[in-house]
Amino acid sequence: MAPTVDLEARFLAYVAAENKVEPKHWMPDAYRKTLVRQISQHAHSEVVGMLPEANWITRAPSLRAKLILLAKVQDEGGHGLYLYSAAETLGTSRDQMIDDLLAGKAKYSSIFNYPTLTWADMGAVGWLVDGAAIQNQVMLCRTSYGPYSRAMVRICKEESFHQRQGYEIMMHLARGTQEQKAMAQDALNRWWWPSLMMFGPSDDQSPNSAQSMAWRIKRKSNDDLRQEFIDKTVPQAEFIGLSIPDPDLKWNEERGHYDFGAIDWSEFFAVVAGNGPCNTERLEARRKAHAEGAWVREAASAYAAKQSARRPAAGLPAKPHAA
Amino acid sequence: MKWDTCDPSVQYLLHLGDDALVLGHRLSEWCGHGPILEEDIALSNLALDLVGLARQYYQLAAQRISGGCTEDHLAYWRSDREFLNHVLVEQPNGDFADTMARQFFFDAFHVLQLDALQHSSDAELAAIARKALKEATYHAQHSADWVVRLGDGTEESHRRMSAALARHLPFVEELFTAAAVDRVAFERGWGPDVASLRASWLELVGEVVAKAALSLPVVAPKLLRGKQGIHSESLGFLLAEMQSLPRAYPDATW
Ligand SMILES: [Fe+2]
Ligand SMILES: [Fe+2]
Repeated sequence: MAPTVDLEARFLAYVAAENKVEPKHWMPDAYRKTLVRQISQHAHSEVVGMLPEANWITRAPSLRAKLILLAKVQDEGGHGLYLYSAAETLGTSRDQMIDDLLAGKAKYSSIFNYPTLTWADMGAVGWLVDGAAIQNQVMLCRTSYGPYSRAMVRICKEESFHQRQGYEIMMHLARGTQEQKAMAQDALNRWWWPSLMMFGPSDDQSPNSAQSMAWRIKRKSNDDLRQEFIDKTVPQAEFIGLSIPDPDLKWNEERGHYDFGAIDWSEFFAVVAGNGPCNTERLEARRKAHAEGAWVREAASAYAAKQSARRPAAGLPAKPHAA
Repeated sequence: MKWDTCDPSVQYLLHLGDDALVLGHRLSEWCGHGPILEEDIALSNLALDLVGLARQYYQLAAQRISGGCTEDHLAYWRSDREFLNHVLVEQPNGDFADTMARQFFFDAFHVLQLDALQHSSDAELAAIARKALKEATYHAQHSADWVVRLGDGTEESHRRMSAALARHLPFVEELFTAAAVDRVAFERGWGPDVASLRASWLELVGEVVAKAALSLPVVAPKLLRGKQGIHSESLGFLLAEMQSLPRAYPDATW
């Protein structure tokens, strides 16, 4: 036992001194497990998160908007790739992670279980959902696991574009016709509370938070991140003349923060439990794509195997051509 | 569409732009649903290139129409009877082999078409083509790689790829059959004599098909008039979806 305790203590001191953990380093099993769960969940969120926005690519109202949205959703697929790779450095294969997602064993962010009903949702999702994601991801740029931290640095650059593009859509609608303005306000009404829930319940109710903080995986509390997001977003809503759907929202001079109303956590837990408006559709869409793609993936690996069998073995001269 | 123009190059630019937009739109339908994440991203790349190319053709057409016409007027306010794309590119995605067969046949044509358009007597059109040729060459490589991989992959992929080629081949003859829009373009030196591209296309395609252990069946070409605005039934649905928002809110800008 003694050597393990010693290793764990040294590990804690190592991360506390802001050192990065790399794949070949010794790490506690629980640290590895926590990271695999968190990074794979994060990867799944990027990939499942493509669906609600892909829903509007074919209906984007201008060619410019179509290109921006398509590129955005494509970026999310790229984020999924970086994150699956980061998780693979911990010894779990992408296939295994995807099987867990499709079997309903792995989670993804609940926000993607809400429907995108109008074009304004493309604005609200970029502005609020990517905006909330950034809050979390900027923190994760400094997370203790090296590959995760580096993936986050790449991802954050793109996320801030997404947030700005979403806000640009909202601004344009808010300054448009009556109908467009109503569309923007309706989208804000529907996405505001679910966006606040993205940070998760208060830390005293999140059993793993303290441990993640000690491991320097996580560096800020859920409540602090949520507060930062609200403080940043409320003035942006005011600037474009939209109102936040929270009668209790007001600036608290003393705290230097906005006070806000109570979050309905029963909704959050219902969605997490699988009863959100689109949980079934999202998982079905992923399962369908995976099942219908199976023969393509099999063909690609069969072809690759044939190719390497055809190639002459390394180090041996190729068979000379008959003259 | 409310714009009338006497500039005959506009029809040709619309024809070129419509091919790019309609095929790009079809490819964008894959986004989020691809067979593997890397290929999902690759299909979006093709779609981004093609919709981007459509914008260039439409912007040039809109300038020549003038009177406040924009690329979006051309994309969102013409009916299917005014779209001048080849019927091949509007075909539904089907399975991944169908999408690749459609892409492979079009890409080989597109490379030859753009190669000729680089030397167009219309300098602005030539400039667009020069840039697009690099992208199209990459697309052609990508789709040819998949045809080979699927043709020479498993038994199932071979069967599917073979069926997909057979399904899309009857749409190919339209690419090489000059309609009025092609004849005007050829007479003015804007574009190639499309019939003259057939031999090179057969060579390009034949080489890949042979490498894939596949063959092109002998098929009777379909009677197609996409370049005269007579399309398959699927285009109406594609446009209804694509154009729905601007048409539901005609006073709005986006
Ligand atoms: Fe992302
Ligand atoms: Fe994003």
